[in-house]
Amino acid sequence: MTLKTEPIIVNIGPQHPSTHGVFRLRILFDGEVIHDVEPVFGYLHRGSEKLAEERTYTQIVTLTDRLDYLAAMSNNLSYCLSVEKLMGIEAPERAKYIRTIMAELMRISSHLMGLGFFLQDLGAFATPLMYMFREREKIMDLFEMASGARITYTYMRPGGVNDDLPPEFMPALRKFADEMPGYIDEYERLLRENEILITRTKGVGVLPRDLAINGSLSGPALRASGVPWDLRKADPYEVYSRVQFDLPVGQIGDNYDRFLVRLEEMRQSLRIVRQCMQQMPAGPFRADLPMLLRPPKGDAYAHVEGPKGELGFYLVSDGSISPYRCAIRAPSFINLSLLKEMLVGWKIADMITIVGSLDFNMGEVDR
Amino acid sequence: MAVSALATGCQPPGFFDGQNLWHEWVVNFFPRIGDSICRGMGGHADGGPPNWLIYLVLGFLGSLIVVNIAALGVPFVVLLERKLLGRFQNRIGPNRVGPFGLLQPVADALKLMTKEDITPAAADKIVFALAPLAFAIPIILMFAPIPWADHASLANLDIGILWVIAVTTAAEAGIFMAGWSSNNKYSLFGAMRAVALLVSYEIPLVLSLLGVVLLAGTLNLSEIVLDQRFAPNILWQPLGFFVFIIAVSAELNRAPFDQLEAESELVSGFHTEYSGMKWAMVQLGEYAALIGFSAIIATLFLSGWKGPLWIPGYIWLVTKMAFILCAFIWVRATIPRMRIDQIMAFGWKFLLPLSIINIFATAAEVIAFPDALPYWLIPINIAFAGACVVGMAKLLGFQPKTRKIVIPGRPVIGDDTPGRIVPLMRGGN
Repeated sequence: MTLKTEPIIVNIGPQHPSTHGVFRLRILFDGEVIHDVEPVFGYLHRGSEKLAEERTYTQIVTLTDRLDYLAAMSNNLSYCLSVEKLMGIEAPERAKYIRTIMAELMRISSHLMGLGFFLQDLGAFATPLMYMFREREKIMDLFEMASGARITYTYMRPGGVNDDLPPEFMPALRKFADEMPGYIDEYERLLRENEILITRTKGVGVLPRDLAINGSLSGPALRASGVPWDLRKADPYEVYSRVQFDLPVGQIGDNYDRFLVRLEEMRQSLRIVRQCMQQMPAGPFRADLPMLLRPPKGDAYAHVEGPKGELGFYLVSDGSISPYRCAIRAPSFINLSLLKEMLVGWKIADMITIVGSLDFNMGEVDR
Repeated sequence: MAVSALATGCQPPGFFDGQNLWHEWVVNFFPRIGDSICRGMGGHADGGPPNWLIYLVLGFLGSLIVVNIAALGVPFVVLLERKLLGRFQNRIGPNRVGPFGLLQPVADALKLMTKEDITPAAADKIVFALAPLAFAIPIILMFAPIPWADHASLANLDIGILWVIAVTTAAEAGIFMAGWSSNNKYSLFGAMRAVALLVSYEIPLVLSLLGVVLLAGTLNLSEIVLDQRFAPNILWQPLGFFVFIIAVSAELNRAPFDQLEAESELVSGFHTEYSGMKWAMVQLGEYAALIGFSAIIATLFLSGWKGPLWIPGYIWLVTKMAFILCAFIWVRATIPRMRIDQIMAFGWKFLLPLSIINIFATAAEVIAFPDALPYWLIPINIAFAGACVVGMAKLLGFQPKTRKIVIPGRPVIGDDTPGRIVPLMRGGN
């Protein structure tokens, strides 16, 4: 006698404890094994690109905050670089250093959240997440000193930053840079050799090098697959050509590699921050620009290595006070393009961890 | 067997005579109460009420006490868990309601009672309503044979252990009923996992208990406690304790075996669709099982109500239970969840052989020393248990193998700030 079985379709999300926002996956399950995956996007679509056509160049900075709300500074930076390229100007030296420090702190903060939620998805009941919130809090305090806000900073401007660093910022940053390596070591001691974590992540969700390149992945997910590609090295912007840092690269591209690469990148970011603190010159923090920017006709694309991958802004100017078109290359969205290849064949528990290890943000995916 | 309900406390005349010291009242609190009620009703006297009536009254009162220990203990265990989890997770935990949040259980209970009780339209309504009862009631039955102190078990069953195993296994039917009748795919996943996981872990659970039974020569929980005269069973049975406590955490759906309700995967598994008092019943069942099994662990392996100091037995038992509860909460706060196939492999390939080894080793010891096990066997047993666990882990390849992160190019890593040396824990070439 054969038992009649039937695959079932389950909607994971948009309301589910571990969908990282409002992400929805329609999954065809045979028992617990995934047979087919169909991601459904758009629950958080706010039309940021279209809204940008109605805003002045300075106002658009506020829209970029709300793309990847866990990495608002990186979004600001990418947009401002794009406008500066469009106008053919450059930010003053001090502003460049400030922006680099902010972008690297943002990377640490975003990776903390990425790792914390990844471990939460593994079923470590909020403990690592809470520990990582503790350190993120310190970074948010730093950002609050500089910008006055804790999530949506709107700190950078085309041509520099909004305001100079307050006097208490540098001591606090130095203290943070001294403390943070100990915390990263703590995570590593707690988690790196945990038997359950290893059995759950090793060899799970392997993304081969060729496939990762073909899927145009970027960021830690790409580097975990063994591709040493980082825009900070490949196309240095700001002051990245003047600081020394290494690119951690994974070996086979499974969950464990993505976990380790993020841990290591936080250390490298701290190195960059320390070097920037030493090299930072005095001087103006913003280029002298008119209140309303009117870039010449033309287009420009600038990209940065955001915490989640290559984050780019493509701006087309028609000479008016707002862009004719603003297109965003959102790394979270493009990193999800290989979801089906990564998920099919794994179980429901692995599905959650693989999705978690990609560390995407729906604010950026849906824009 | 008509022994029931503190009825062990309804002692023949003269049992307590000549010991009217106050501490005797404290120590033998439960038997004394039973005895007083018995005498108050005129038991053991000519023309008094028949014995069955005395047993009925005492049984009813005893059940009332024990059910309330289970039902009122649950909210406070939940509070303890939330407080401790908060501390483990670097936060404070509930502290708004009452001093130190002590009234949080009251607020929780009131909230649950006033909450809307939703039954999904597509649910199998009768089964859906019955499932929480089918889950919670057997678990409360589990409290019957637990000896809270000397002569103070609700039912001094000769088959105590068997009773506990039987009723807790029956509770699994409630889990499957809940998962199936909810007509929710997450619930169904949880229920299917429950059937696979709980049934698998019953086997090492029962087999690891057999060592204790072999040592004591009885299934009666009170006698097992009395048998641990010189040292608690954990010293004679370290391997059995190890297997038992792991199997129990699987039985209780505790981390890292909380597959049935795996929050990050199945929302909350088999009780996803429950709300209001039905949900409260499910919670009651889960946490009552946690309390009950800590009492069982304390009874079987930590010599139950017996303690070295002169402290009433029930206080000893509750203290030991509190330690076990804290250990369970600690594990929950620390360890990630395993995948369902990994859990099954762990149960069948690791725990089951270990429990069988334990039975044979214990049997050999009992045959070799029929009177009493000598004390020099304790270190040997502990070493044997450690060797078995490590050996089995090596055999199955449970070994942490970390991986190094490659850093192409310059093999440097150091601190760029002059004058400071930061120790680096890194692999890297």
